[in-house]
Amino acid sequence: MTRLKPLIETLGLSKHFAVRQGLLGRATGAVRAVDEVNLRIHRGEVVGLVGESGSGKSTLGRVMMMAEPPSSGSVIYDGYDIAASTPRQLHPFRRKMQMVFQDPYSSLNPRMTVEDSLTMPLRFHQPEMSARARRDKAAEVLESVGLSRSTITRYPHEFSGGQRQRIGIARALMVDPEFIMADEPVSALDVSVQAQVLNLFSEIRTRLGLTLLFVTHDLAVVGHIADRVAVMYLGQIMEIAPTRALFAAPAHPYTETLLSAAPDPVLGRNRKRIVMKGEPPSPMNPPSGCVFRTRCPYAVTACAQARPLLVERAPGHATACIRDDITLTPAVRDTPKLQAHA
Amino acid sequence: MSDLSQTVLSVRNLQVSFRGGDGLVRVVHGVDFDLKAGETLALVGESGSGKSVTSFALMRLLPDPPRSQISGHVSIGGVDLLALSDRDMEKMRGPRIAMIFQEPLTSLNPVHRIGDQIAEAIRFHRKMTRREIEARVLELLKLVGIPEPAKRMRAYPHELSGGMRQRVVIAIALALEPDVLIADEPTTALDVTVQAQILDLLRELQTRTGMAMLFITHDFGVVAEVADRVMVMYSGRIVEEGALDDVLARPRMPYTRGLLASVPRLETAGLDTGPLGTIEGFVPSPNALPPGCSFAPRCAFAQEGLCTSAMPELAAHGQPHHPVRCVRAADPALCADLQELQP
Repeated sequence: MTRLKPLIETLGLSKHFAVRQGLLGRATGAVRAVDEVNLRIHRGEVVGLVGESGSGKSTLGRVMMMAEPPSSGSVIYDGYDIAASTPRQLHPFRRKMQMVFQDPYSSLNPRMTVEDSLTMPLRFHQPEMSARARRDKAAEVLESVGLSRSTITRYPHEFSGGQRQRIGIARALMVDPEFIMADEPVSALDVSVQAQVLNLFSEIRTRLGLTLLFVTHDLAVVGHIADRVAVMYLGQIMEIAPTRALFAAPAHPYTETLLSAAPDPVLGRNRKRIVMKGEPPSPMNPPSGCVFRTRCPYAVTACAQARPLLVERAPGHATACIRDDITLTPAVRDTPKLQAHA
Repeated sequence: MSDLSQTVLSVRNLQVSFRGGDGLVRVVHGVDFDLKAGETLALVGESGSGKSVTSFALMRLLPDPPRSQISGHVSIGGVDLLALSDRDMEKMRGPRIAMIFQEPLTSLNPVHRIGDQIAEAIRFHRKMTRREIEARVLELLKLVGIPEPAKRMRAYPHELSGGMRQRVVIAIALALEPDVLIADEPTTALDVTVQAQILDLLRELQTRTGMAMLFITHDFGVVAEVADRVMVMYSGRIVEEGALDDVLARPRMPYTRGLLASVPRLETAGLDTGPLGTIEGFVPSPNALPPGCSFAPRCAFAQEGLCTSAMPELAAHGQPHHPVRCVRAADPALCADLQELQP
């Protein structure tokens, strides 16, 4: 997979938000929400982007989709730098890249029927299509996400949270996209409904050959859905690895901390928990050198000197940590006890 | 520390109904349980199961009649909370039973300093001098792990992080050393690393004070971290109850089994384990419950007639410490099926 050309790639991508204060609204500083991120996603791959609130994971996703302009750096989609494109040049890419959001209620217009919501992107991207063809397509896509054709005339409030998320997914699929960025798409759902929506993502990914960026705070969810996982902290990628390797052989102290804190019904409380010291640093004034060093149990003086580069330690497994001499505690051992019926 | 075998909270036949457009709708149908000192009992369920309504009913925080109706008995130290006047109930909240909520920002007053909010809780119940109260506030902030407590007591809620705010809420709840703490999804809005810290803190405080905890959550991962015993709720009824390991590793109720199968596990992260388990259909609306077992229409093991004629009792079916609301629980066919589903 790694030998293929990436479908989407970021090069030194940054997004800074100016912080304005006082009567005149002068810029007094900047929050580096995304700070020089290099991330490659290959065609057909599911990449999980995990981090806690304020890590910049959603902003990175949004900037990659050109939902917001980057402050610097490039986003290369299938060979074209879409960050340097004009809105007109960007238009065909907007069809190929679609988003699914956390709260399907606020992302669907409550005054529009399911049909109107689903056919809206077609009116924009395929204006030559007849109204009847659009309607047929909407019914077909609805059925493919597990809703009946007859729901097409109904309004968002008539659906449960899980059904609304299916409508959100259906809307993204209407224009036959190649790439979907899903931002916490199952976080607001009950566990049994979350499982249904995750299964739907796996199913459409296989059936349609989609490439997916799955942004979430939930490690168990990315463990289930992603081929590779990137861990973000304070606007930077700390570690990126094939999913099993990240859980079985974490290479960054922050990943180790996150894994040890992730709740799990089997592992329960008989685990060594790494408790992060101190308070999270201000994103306006991040620590020098490694941004995690103020909370890292393994930090040494050298960590304050320079920002560690994301370096490959094993095939496809890169970490931004200068401490290559430490052994970190994995969440799982690499010889998993497989389910009897699996 | 109080005697650990002592029952501090006893709930019998708790029923709650709300008056809505369609008349009176019952959402909690006769909940019974006992909570012992030093024990953590997890109440698990999905949205609409009635778990939060149960906790609000215990605290008497539901709207006054006729908008809601509560019946049954909720006793703490021989006093039935449901029989108390509003005024007498106020005296129970704090020293006997306290509650922490999901969203710490909405349970704190944004225009008062956090030290004053903790002090207010103490002043209402105890005759203490200002100096004594201030000393107690400092002690509480230290207890819940807030750094620089003398400085932080003058901070406003918005100046604190989510985790620190939840610590303040816990400090207020613990100010009068309650016998029972109800924690309603206290870590759901927090980051995982902060969640881990708050769960550690609650466990540590419990060991120190011997308080009993009723922990309400939808997350089986959190249950595994905190609970001694677990109750699973569905459509306003307890459907299974037992020790943590029994319920999580050997669930008897098909609903519990279905819920657990739908949780992605860290153990199998990155492995191709196929689709997650799911439960077909929807939680029934409380004003249109199906006949018989409320879970029957969604249950793969349901049998027409047997399951649809009458609501099953929460009964032992051969395991006195692990009762379940399923008429087929002791049925060899179901047991074999469930055994086979074990990881």
